Amino acid sequence: MKKLMTGNEAAAWGARLAEVDYIPNFPITPQTEIIETLSKWIREGEMKAVFRTMDSEHSMLTAAGSASATGARVFTATSSQGLLYAFEMLYNLSGWRVPVVMVNVSRGLSAPITLEPDHNDILSARDSGFLQIHCETAQEILDSILVAYKISEDKRVMLPTIVNFDGFYLSFTREIVDVPKLEDVRKFLPEYKPTHTFFKASKPLAQGTPVLNSSLYSYFRYQVHRAMENALDVYKEVKEEFNKKFGRPIDEVETYMMDDAEYALLMTNSFSTKGKKAVIKMREKKINVGLIKLRLFRPFPTKELMKQTRGLKGLAIIDQNISPGKGGVIYSEVSSELYNYEEKPKVITSFIGGLGGKNISETEFEFAINYTRKVYEERTTLRVPILLFTEEDKKTSKTLIDIAHGGEKNEA
Amino acid sequence: MEARKMKLEKKIKTIFDIPIQEYVAPGGIFCQGCGAILAARLILKLLGERTVVVNAAGCFTLAVVYPYTVFKASWLYTAMACAPAGAQGIRDALDILIEKRKIDKNEDLNILVVTGDGAASSIGLQSTITAIHRNLDFWYLAYDNQAFMNTGAQKTETTPFGAATSTTKPTSLSPLGTEQEPLDLFSVWVSAGAPYVATVSPSYPVDFLDKVERAKEIKGPKLFHCLSGCPPGWNYEPALTIKVGRLAVESGVWALKEAVNGTIKHTYIPKKRIPVEEYLKIQGRFEHLFKPVKNKEAIEEIQRKVDKYWEYELHDAK
Repeated sequence: MKKLMTGNEAAAWGARLAEVDYIPNFPITPQTEIIETLSKWIREGEMKAVFRTMDSEHSMLTAAGSASATGARVFTATSSQGLLYAFEMLYNLSGWRVPVVMVNVSRGLSAPITLEPDHNDILSARDSGFLQIHCETAQEILDSILVAYKISEDKRVMLPTIVNFDGFYLSFTREIVDVPKLEDVRKFLPEYKPTHTFFKASKPLAQGTPVLNSSLYSYFRYQVHRAMENALDVYKEVKEEFNKKFGRPIDEVETYMMDDAEYALLMTNSFSTKGKKAVIKMREKKINVGLIKLRLFRPFPTKELMKQTRGLKGLAIIDQNISPGKGGVIYSEVSSELYNYEEKPKVITSFIGGLGGKNISETEFEFAINYTRKVYEERTTLRVPILLFTEEDKKTSKTLIDIAHGGEKNEA
Repeated sequence: MEARKMKLEKKIKTIFDIPIQEYVAPGGIFCQGCGAILAARLILKLLGERTVVVNAAGCFTLAVVYPYTVFKASWLYTAMACAPAGAQGIRDALDILIEKRKIDKNEDLNILVVTGDGAASSIGLQSTITAIHRNLDFWYLAYDNQAFMNTGAQKTETTPFGAATSTTKPTSLSPLGTEQEPLDLFSVWVSAGAPYVATVSPSYPVDFLDKVERAKEIKGPKLFHCLSGCPPGWNYEPALTIKVGRLAVESGVWALKEAVNGTIKHTYIPKKRIPVEEYLKIQGRFEHLFKPVKNKEAIEEIQRKVDKYWEYELHDAK
């Protein structure tokens, strides 16, 4: 069944088709439409689940974790400040080894408080032990949620997953989504029947216990890492099964016009669509460029990335986030993983753009590729990172800053 | 109304009505004379092993250290702010899994949140108030040792006026130690609409367990706010925990009461209250009120507040 729907509705459909038991929640823009949709379905009897609005994202994630530890299939969603408010519990849930699936609808972080997306929220959860799948389209959101449950609940993994997508650009825009039949989904993702330990009266059990022995603490932390490594293999199995059943590839690393590419943009999430359009334009100008999209961010698909970047003259990484005093998070991640690889790209450049949902224009993408080419061809000194900011951006900012100063022209 | 009628009929009348079964094993890493573990031992005698204890950061967190547990019941440590939220997730999961017949209804569990006063009265209050608002069916044992004891006795919202803590040390500038009055957690729960709210003391096990037994008939949030003596934090000999608890009650400092659907009743009224000084002077945390010079004014103020409370409450009861 093909339907026109927002990214948020696609997320709700993912939870509905996964037949989740429990949805602890707390509203936050731009995620709220997901929980509104789910609550409507539950109240109309189309879905059978407990919908529980908590006092905060911190409590929401706690309830998600404890319900999952009791054996329920749990879905929840948040965004931005909410994710940060829940932060302590992210690490707890991965430590509890509960297969909760959570959506994060990316939104820039306060201060200054804003609404439109960038990825400082989701990337801050990088080390939490949650798997991370990043989506470009509404279809990917629905598909990724089903895939996420299948991987998280695999006994080789037993870790929670965050499915991420951009606020506004994807949460509120409508796309055609192929909604699979429930019977088909059930064949792909059967009912969750935990075989590991969980709460029940017949078998008293202590969970979430302190570990005061440092060897043992290291052991459990390494276990989470090992489970993440397993998740790479499990992802491969699951994506093949998914593709076979539903006819849609959902690769860890997606490539676009990469066959003969000498240069590439590397991106994540919805702005990849803008990047792809820029690639077409550059191709018209006979620039051999393609685009690499990271879909799976944790576990990090290093081998796939090596394969897709092999022999490139230059790789331009567009980071829609900023680690002040360092630069782009994805640039650091990719560079460190490729450093020891002999056939790594000759040049890896770093660009920051799209913060707070700021547009990245075709001109800027072209600038990024031209700069990368220049560094490769002329061996010029590399500047890291380059902050994308157009004359137009400067003009707009200045006008608003002048107003803030009571109309006086401000030199800053 | 049923609950109101029910409260009149005592179920645990003497010490012999208390089950001999133990659900807290010996060997836990608690301080000698810990009043809080006595309280947990008592409440679990009636709730039994078909219970999951949900804990927030505090002294009790070390009751279970992998691979050992002192509880025959189940256990989940959450984090400091969110034990009631953890309780909500377990309750909801059990309900929906039983309803969907994914698990047998015999697998159902009592849910008992156990936290100290720090979690109960400050960082965890938001998740607690909203759990009451949602009428979550759970038990809450708040062992109140009147400071953040697990981190070395820093002041909490329930630290009493005049007590020394490691962050409210008496000095020449601040001779009283703690200058604020404690937050009244009992009233907070009552005003939030909890159907059963009680104050208890491990020194009065019959009163304590009679309340637990009767509260079993009530669905919804049930608080047992327990004044729990703490030998290292209050600075007295471990052997005196029961005595200190008795002095707190007999002096009227700690009133044993309950609120059933908002109707408050004192379950034990000391016939003749002993002076508060008797309670204060055996605890090192109040030593500065007696030495080097007796702070008569402060002691009288504490006495005055206790007298005023009972005058008001007893007058009201008539």
